[in-house]
Amino acid sequence: MARALINAPARARRGSVIEIKTLISHIMETGFRYTQTGQAVPRDIVTDFTATYNGEEVFRARLYPAIAANPFISFHTLATESGTIELKWTGDNGFSATEQVRITVE
Amino acid sequence: MSATDDGKKMTRREVLKITGALALGGTAAPAAVSPAAATPAEMQAAVASVVGDVKVTQGRVKLDIPPLVENGNTVPCTVTVESPMTAADHVRAIHVFAERNPQPYVISATLGPRTGRASISVRMRLRDSQTVLAIAQMSDGSFWSDRINVIVTTGACLEDVL
Repeated sequence: MARALINAPARARRGSVIEIKTLISHIMETGFRYTQTGQAVPRDIVTDFTATYNGEEVFRARLYPAIAANPFISFHTLATESGTIELKWTGDNGFSATEQVRITVE
Repeated sequence: MSATDDGKKMTRREVLKITGALALGGTAAPAAVSPAAATPAEMQAAVASVVGDVKVTQGRVKLDIPPLVENGNTVPCTVTVESPMTAADHVRAIHVFAERNPQPYVISATLGPRTGRASISVRMRLRDSQTVLAIAQMSDGSFWSDRINVIVTTGACLEDVL
């Protein structure tokens, strides 16, 4: 399981816009590099990122090799109700990571 | 100083010339296998694959990248789109392209009214000084864009050989 850091407010006012910052440890090997013997290093990147808020998708991103190692993604969402925000990363070689954050909306 | 000494010097120079040429050839070989940069034409093709034949208008999008970047391996990039983000009028997608990377695509994000604010941040790689382009697709099907010239002092693909 890759280590992930998530920065999201624990409480928010109903209807306010909150920012969610995410970072996951991953080498993001581009597939454009070569070893000294001239062999191509195979691509190994995170290809998809999805954020769901109480089961409803609020944000999705498709990532390419031009994203830096340890991909940082920050996005916003509308605080509608208390619940969980689930963040899911999937990538090459069967990479998959899921993190959840609880949010209280009042 | 005799003529034979001079002759010896000449041969040593020649040897140095040959070894120098060999060394140059040696460094040129890995350069030959490194990938070709995405040309502006390739970026246009990538943009066309997203927008089709719809006209892209400059404006409403704000692409925020420092104009001078020291390390191309992690370049902070923020895209903000002016939009009320309601069910009737929101940003459907944000795409970022870099014209001189090995591949023009950087990120394609899908947004909706639940996103609340059309503003995303990522850290990207830039191989070279180049133009970065951000395109936003609105819910009415229109496309808006912003571009910025970025100067990169150390590109992302320099320590390539492992």
